[in-house]
Parts: sequence; C-alpha cells; structure tokens
Amino acid sequence: MKNTTPQFKSNAAEALADQQLQKALGNVRVGFIEKRQIVADALPEFEALRDNARDIKNHTLAHLDLYLEAYCEKVEESGGHVHWAQTAQDARSIVLDICRKANARTVTKGKSMISEEIAINDFLEEQGIEPVETDLGEYIIQLRGEAPSHIIAPAVHVLKEQIEEDFRAEHSHLKADRNLDEPETLLDEARTVLRQKFLDADVGITGANFLVAETGTSVIVTNEGNGDLTQTLPKVHIVLASIEKITPTLEDVSQILRVLARSATGQEMSVYTTFSTGPRREQDVDGPQEYHVVLLDNGRTNMIGTEFQDMLRCIRCGACMNHCPVYHAVGGHAYGWVYPGPMGAVLTPSLEGVEKGGNLPNASTFCGRCESVCPMRIPLPKMMRHWREREFERGLNPTVQRWGLKSWAWFAKRPRLYALGSRLAMASIALLGGRKGRLSALPLAGGWTKYRDLPAPEGKTFQQQWQSSRGAKS
Amino acid sequence: MKQPKVGLFVTCLVDLFRPNVGFSAVELLERAGCDVSVPPAQTCCGQPAYNSGDRADTRAIAELVIAAFEKFDFVVAPSGSCAAMLKKHYPELFAGDDQWEERCKQFSDKVFELVSFLTDVVFLQDLPARYDGTVTYHDSCSGLRELGIARQPRKLLNMVEGVEIKEMKDPDVCCGFGGTFCVKYADISNEIVGQKTADIENTGADLLLAGDLGCLMNMAGKLQREGKATEVRHIAELLAGRLDGPSIGGRK
Ligand code: SF4
Repeated sequence: MKNTTPQFKSNAAEALADQQLQKALGNVRVGFIEKRQIVADALPEFEALRDNARDIKNHTLAHLDLYLEAYCEKVEESGGHVHWAQTAQDARSIVLDICRKANARTVTKGKSMISEEIAINDFLEEQGIEPVETDLGEYIIQLRGEAPSHIIAPAVHVLKEQIEEDFRAEHSHLKADRNLDEPETLLDEARTVLRQKFLDADVGITGANFLVAETGTSVIVTNEGNGDLTQTLPKVHIVLASIEKITPTLEDVSQILRVLARSATGQEMSVYTTFSTGPRREQDVDGPQEYHVVLLDNGRTNMIGTEFQDMLRCIRCGACMNHCPVYHAVGGHAYGWVYPGPMGAVLTPSLEGVEKGGNLPNASTFCGRCESVCPMRIPLPKMMRHWREREFERGLNPTVQRWGLKSWAWFAKRPRLYALGSRLAMASIALLGGRKGRLSALPLAGGWTKYRDLPAPEGKTFQQQWQSSRGAKS
Repeated sequence: MKQPKVGLFVTCLVDLFRPNVGFSAVELLERAGCDVSVPPAQTCCGQPAYNSGDRADTRAIAELVIAAFEKFDFVVAPSGSCAAMLKKHYPELFAGDDQWEERCKQFSDKVFELVSFLTDVVFLQDLPARYDGTVTYHDSCSGLRELGIARQPRKLLNMVEGVEIKEMKDPDVCCGFGGTFCVKYADISNEIVGQKTADIENTGADLLLAGDLGCLMNMAGKLQREGKATEVRHIAELLAGRLDGPSIGGRK
C-alpha cells in the first residue's frame, strides 16, 4: 500500500472537509464505545483478564524464538509448510510461488491486515491472478478501489447509501428494482455473488488472530463465516501472519479471546472462531490439500528489546481507534498507511520508518483514552512520546518548532529571568485584550486564534502579586 | 493533626493567565488547615519539552522543581495535567539514576492535584461558596486517567449551596487542547473542541468548570468564537467563592 503518511496534515484537512465521511464517522463515535462498555461492565473479571492477556503476551515476546520454533515444528508435523518472509517483498514472492504451483486463477481472501501490509491484491492482479475479498467490508472497499480505514471495520467510512450505489453498479446482472435498504439485504446480496467465487477459487488466503505454538494451529475470528469458506473450499490454504501472532497454548488463546471481541465489537465472542491445523486428513470431511503459513517479520524483530516492544502485544481489536478523538475527527485514511489510530501512530514509524511516519505520534493530544481501553494494556501515549524523543534526538522536527521550544526552555530553567519576561509579556497581552477580555488575533499565535479566541491574561502574574503581598513568608 | 506544610505549584498557565485560580487554591488550602507557601523558583512543570521529545531540558526543569519543593509535606497543583507530570512522569525521567531516582520518588509521592487533595487528604468539609445557577464539569484527561479524578470535584460541587450540576453526554472526552497539539494540528483540534462545545451547550448549563486551565482556555476560546454565552471558570474559583472578577475570556 502506498504510504501517504508524510501528508498527514493535508490528508486530515481533506477528511475534515468531507461531509460524507464526517457523517460516517459519527457512527464510530457512539456504537463501538457503548457496546464495549456494556460487556466490560458485565464481566467482573474483565480487568483481571486484561492483566492476564498482557502477561501472556509479555511472556511470549520474551521467548519469541523458542515459541516460533515450536510452532513451526508442529505445523510441519501436521503436514503444513512454514515460509519465513523477512520483508513484504519476500512475502509477496512466496504467495505468488504457491499460487503459480497451484495454477491459480482466482484467490479468495478472508480479512487480513498483513495482506494490506504487503499489498498482495495489487501484486496478484499484476500477475494475472484475481483476488476476491470475501469479508463484506473488504468486499465493499475492493469494489470502490479503496484501502481499509479501520482494522476491524474496513468500510466504516462508507455510508449505507454509498454501498447500495456501488452494488447496483457492480451487480448489474441482478434485478434493478430489488430492495437494498437494509444492511441485511446488502449482506445477502454480497453472499449470493460471492458463493460462486468461493467455489471457483483455487487458493484461499486468510490472516490469523493467533498462531498456537503448542499445536501448530492458526486461529481466525470472524462474524460472517466467510473465513471458513475461504480456508476450507479451495485446494490450497495460505495463512498470512506476522510473527507476533504466536501464542503459546490453546489455553492462552482462550484467555485472550475473552478480551478480544469484547474490546473490538462489544460481543462476548465473535460469531465464528475457527481453528485450522494442517491440510485435510483422510478422515476429514473437508479442508484444503495444502496448508501454508507465511510468517512475516517486516521490521518487527527490530522492535524487540526496544521501548517499542510492548506494541507487539497488540491483538488488532481496534478499541484504541474507536476511542480516539483524533481518529473520530479525521477517520482512518488520513493516517496514510495500513494502520490508523493510536496503534498506527506507534506502528507506522516502527515499520515504515520515523521519516515517513513521524507525523502520527505527534498528532495526539495524549488524552490517554486509548491506553485506558486497550485490552493488552499497551502504553500507547508513552510510546508515541518515545517516537517524539527519537525525532527530537535526530533533529527531525521543524526548525521553527525546535527553536521556539529551545528558547522557551532556556527561560523555564531560569526562574528569575522567566518571571521578568513573563510579567512584561502578560502585561502587554492583557493590554491588547482590552476590556473585551479576549483576543481574536495575536502575532505568532495564529494556530490558536484561527479557530478560537485567546482569553486575555488578568494582567499581573500570580507570582508578581503573591511575592509582593505574601512572598516574604516563603 | 499537625498543620501540613503545602508548597503550591502554581503552574505556568495559572501564573500567567489566571492568577485568581492560584489565590483560590491558597484560600481553599488554608481553609482546610494547611500552611501554604509559594516558592518563587518555579516556572513550569516541563510538559511542553517532555511532550516534544526534549528529555534533556525536561530533566533540567524537573530538577529545579524537585529542589524547590522537596522540603514540603505536600506539593499541590491546581491542574491534573501538571500534577500527573510531577507525580507520574518525573519518576520515569530519573529511572535508573543513582543520585536522583530515590530523591524524585520521595518528591513525587507528595504531589497531589488540588481538588483530590482537598477531598482525599485534608478532608475539606465546608466551603465558603454559593452559586445560584447550573454548572457542567469537564473531566480533563490527565487528571481523569492518570490520577483517577472524577468523583472528587463532583463531591465538592455538591457541597456548594445553590449549584445544580448538569452532566455532559461525554464529560470524559478530550477537549482537543493537548498542549502544543492545539496549535500544531489546529484543524483537528478545532473539530474536537467543536464536538465538545456542542456537548456543553446541550447541557444548558450557564457555567463550564474544569480543573485544568489549558483545557478551559481552549473551550472558552471556542465558545466565545462561536458566540456562546456559557461562562467558563476553573473549579477552584467557584469552590473558593472568588467569582467577582471576569470569567475566563469574559469582559473586564
Ligand atoms: S493497541 Fe490495544 S486497543 Fe489498539 S488495536 Fe492493539 S490491542 Fe487493540
């Protein structure tokens, strides 16, 4: 996926001016949040489960090499194949190779953020292989030629009316006077259209929510059942997953599952939780003949042992963006790459480089609502601040900002001079404010006064008044 | 109980823009039986540097603050965000430093945000205030999420005679201030504060309160730009009954 993160500011300005998008974002602000709150309140051990989930992943990351090895052995034992992909390019070549060997013309796909990260759809198309998204949201944005704007609700930026329009244009073979008013009728129509694609597909690609080291199993959670058809009907099943999806045992997975759906959609469990281990065995009624796992690194091992390691606990539930005021304001596309919201603000600079992704960790008010809901207790604001520190160390932030900060800090470290300077400054701003008590413009404060008035200071500083009246005491 | 010695950390915004909040804090602390001092050697808690990634300057500022305040029994700030900086983030700055780690911990343990200090530590029982009108209270982010302040301000407001509290739909959602965020990402900040002022207006309250001057100036500035009549004050001003002067951004 093309990265437009460096243009975050102009992306954001466009998003703010986009009325349809703003209307669609209105739904994120309410639905997800209320639903999560209800199920979290209903489960007395929810907070303890979050601690537990965090501990499980911390333990796994501390022994990642060990668990990865164990996982690979188990996959091979069950007749599957593991392919290591260091980069996105490697992963694409591996997938193409498998598709070529299977003479694949059509590939069905379950929802997978890794497939977005390695931009597999465009690549397969270039190679003459047709990728078909089977998750309703992914299907919609594939029709629209867009990228997902949310990690669990890829089409959350699209209004129902827009989907109806897209379906009528794309499914022109269906009756023109059919009713597409309800989300259910849209889903039914997508199902009908996709049914044949499922049957035609030679290869099915899914992501994985977990890879179980103990058994070599990949686990997906979905609400539509499309993932199951994607991975059982074609001859070949490819699992695309990044290395941090490893979880030691089935018991561990069941622990984390208890916080995943609750945090994501406010469900106790997703509708389908599917476990796949290896290809079809003789006694199985269905399943693929080949089972491949492509394990992607793409910069993740570089995060281990750094202040960004905690980010690898992320289970992609989306709660952080659902609760983020910045995401609510601009939506997911403004972030410019695969991962939006607070988790994207930490992950994008980690995976794509701070030169490209540096805008994102700065575009946060540090309100901390993301951390307060993250089921894996990832300290997202703290890690965004770490990115700001790295940028500062390397002199990557704009010169004017640096200069302003440095001169302010110079005064802040010298209380006497600071007191003198601030008295003068406040007295003059107070004068400018006059009797109105506020300013609608002030030199160098354009960022503030573009949208708000600046409340005028009282005139004399607190210290000035205090030290002259009662200061002797301190 | 012996009279606790309290060092008031005024905060830079209160010092510069709204001294009335500082005097209100002193009044409330003294009413609660504290011996209040205001060390002159204080400027700012260092958040502008800290949140811009400038750790070296932040540390230098933090050392000054600690040195100026460590002699008190308690350090109190009329701001959740500055108090959280002193209490939660200073220790991160000195982690692993032989000379400073323990010294900083001793200091940080003594730091409190004003309103929660009044309710949870010195158990302020009666207030001089009376206000005949409706108020709504915004939970500023750092105070709420880093220090767990939500119940305390409401408890004190309920002790003020005449006050009726009208809650916003989302009092705990960020107002879009975020320190330098509000000027660096002015467009986004504007959208967020616009949602907030709509929520404030829907309550019909005539006075907006909060415990952080940064957020208050942001919301006041937006309300005034929108031509709204809602007045804005720091909660300490109401609790101390210091309502004679103009409200934040109000006519003099
Ligand atoms: S960072 Fe936390 S809240 Fe955000 S997607 Fe990952 S697990 Fe969910």
